[in-house]
Amino acid sequence: MTLVERGLLWIDDRLGTAHFVRHALRKAFPDHWSFMLGEINLYAFIVLLGTGTFLAFFFDPNLSKIAYHGPYRLLDGAMLSQAFASTMRLSFEVNAGLLVRQIHHWTALLFVAGICVHMGRVFFTGAFRKPREINWVIGVLLLGVALFEGFCGYSLPDDLLSGTGLRIAISVLLSVPVAGTWLSFLLAGGAYPAAQLIERLFVVHVYLAPAAIASLIALHLAIVWRQKHAQFPGAGRTEHNVIGSPFVPNYAAKSIARFLAVIAVVTALGALAQINPVWLWGPYDPWIATSPAQPDWYLGWVEGALRMGPSFALHLWGHTVPSPFWPAVLLPCVVFAVLLVWPWIDAALRKDRRSHQLLDNPRDVPWRTALGVAIFVFALGLTLAGSDDVQARYLHLPVTAITQFYRFFCIVAPLVGFAIAYAVAAELRARGGVTPAPRVRLRRNAGGGFDEESLP
Amino acid sequence: MSKQAVIAAALLLAILGSAVFIVAYATGGDHLYEGAGLAVAAAGLCAAALGWAFWIVPGEIVVDEIETYPSSPGERAVENQVVAHDVRAITRPRLLIALLGASVASFVAALAVPFRSLGPAPGSTLFHTRWRHGDALAREDGRVLHVDDLNVDSTLTIFPQSAIGDAQSAATLIRLPAGAAGTASGYVAYSRLCTHAGCPVALYRAAARQLLCPCHQSVFDVLADGAVLAGPADHALPRLPIEVGSDGVLRATGDFPEPVGPSFWERG
Repeated sequence: MTLVERGLLWIDDRLGTAHFVRHALRKAFPDHWSFMLGEINLYAFIVLLGTGTFLAFFFDPNLSKIAYHGPYRLLDGAMLSQAFASTMRLSFEVNAGLLVRQIHHWTALLFVAGICVHMGRVFFTGAFRKPREINWVIGVLLLGVALFEGFCGYSLPDDLLSGTGLRIAISVLLSVPVAGTWLSFLLAGGAYPAAQLIERLFVVHVYLAPAAIASLIALHLAIVWRQKHAQFPGAGRTEHNVIGSPFVPNYAAKSIARFLAVIAVVTALGALAQINPVWLWGPYDPWIATSPAQPDWYLGWVEGALRMGPSFALHLWGHTVPSPFWPAVLLPCVVFAVLLVWPWIDAALRKDRRSHQLLDNPRDVPWRTALGVAIFVFALGLTLAGSDDVQARYLHLPVTAITQFYRFFCIVAPLVGFAIAYAVAAELRARGGVTPAPRVRLRRNAGGGFDEESLP
Repeated sequence: MSKQAVIAAALLLAILGSAVFIVAYATGGDHLYEGAGLAVAAAGLCAAALGWAFWIVPGEIVVDEIETYPSSPGERAVENQVVAHDVRAITRPRLLIALLGASVASFVAALAVPFRSLGPAPGSTLFHTRWRHGDALAREDGRVLHVDDLNVDSTLTIFPQSAIGDAQSAATLIRLPAGAAGTASGYVAYSRLCTHAGCPVALYRAAARQLLCPCHQSVFDVLADGAVLAGPADHALPRLPIEVGSDGVLRATGDFPEPVGPSFWERG
């Protein structure tokens, strides 16, 4: 008897797991490549926990200032916050520190990107429909927490870029009607810049948000396990079964390979591609600015919305709703509210209350596919507008002209995108998919010309 | 090369990668070699796992029936009966139920109250800065500014002499050509904080006499009391009242006439 068998028997003697394990090992997982996107996020999160733990041993979120002395000569003698100085130390003096820090940052970018792509797959294939609405909602919450978590981490080193980002975030919080001023004072511990802010973000970044993400992921996976994976239509596949590779060993082997692929990619990025070199931005002082200035990619849409936002404050009975409220509070709230209730909007529009095990081919629901494309184009326009200053520099155009262009783009392009995607999807649906071109072989004949032979 | 040889090569590559990492770590820690070693190790293991998945593990397809949900109508009916029975039993004392709601609500309120400790009341903090009548304009290093210290069309970040480094009070001093209307011997000073999202309005277009915020590109007119020319800012940049003292020192004649920085609910 092998060690594994004896181990399983030992556990079964105490927990009675034989029945569960037998079925778990042979659980069917459909193999379509697009079903693997969510796994990338799971593995990215594990990498983030590992690298983040290492960084937390060396990072100090204190904002009190000390004179920096270290290998980075350009800042020698500069008065730096402990947060910035400890980031410098872990980058330049801790062996493997810079590597781990760069892996952590790249993985964070990948984590949010993976969530977005995974969400796109679920949206376009209708995988959010009954009975999977709960997991869609959990997924939207995961996206929200991941954005917040990413921003908190980005803000910790107290460098010029992240300090400016925090300043904007606090101003956005200030713009919330009625409670904004109080909220910002309680969060930051006073008027900005407040000494406790980074320490508090540190607690959120290393404890609260990771705990929330881990719990939501656990729930997400438990529900997938319970409901079983959805599948595309195909031979033998029905609304009441799922056909795929057995969990162990086939699926597990591939999944381990994907984990290792994620590690290989982010490690290569961390080694080869510099990211967030805070020593080039320099330490933060609230009266110093840098240009151009962009946040990490996943907040580019809010940044772009802020740049294009209307120069309009609402004055109500001696109170003010300031201009950042519309693009940076109202817009994200509307986006997330619509995302959260999307399964029910979709069901109402399709007048559909049935459960679905078979996924939609995106072309079969043209309006939903077109809507997804329109939202993507809108988000793309917002994100591009977030770098209008960089584009102005390279295109030698006034930045106001570029902002104006993106205002126009964000209104027109989604409509155009909707129309094109709808037409393409409807056409594909009418044809029943793309018919492959007939396979032929050209053969030279005795006369020097070519004859066509059709192949099976 | 046989399939097993390919997997073996991938595993050897993984060992090599780990060795490169360990050597790089031990010899001073060049992050490039460390990362390259680790990446190769992970890639080798990944390739081996793929080899296992596609060549060694027998390809197998299994079918699971979905029978776990929804439960059978009988189970659902029994569940409903049990719940209804329990709800009736628990909610019989109506008065107590109302009282329970009130006490839970007050308990939650009590738990929420300590969050008040997180920060001070805003009060009038955001309505004023540290500038007072007679404060000398000073540089970041504390040196006081005299009327000849700045060239025409150059700018400088200034603070009240008594509050160097105070973010709320930071202002941009600009010297315009002599004789510019409404200036103190050509000097004007504006709040450093953008009225949109609080970024430092740090860019000065001397030719156009405009101040530009690098964060969201709000543009303010230096010659027109900081009026918004473009961008998302919704009100003018507050102007600091200054004068040139008889000793040639630049001084404030009071605080900004309105709150500086981004707007907020109570600002009015």
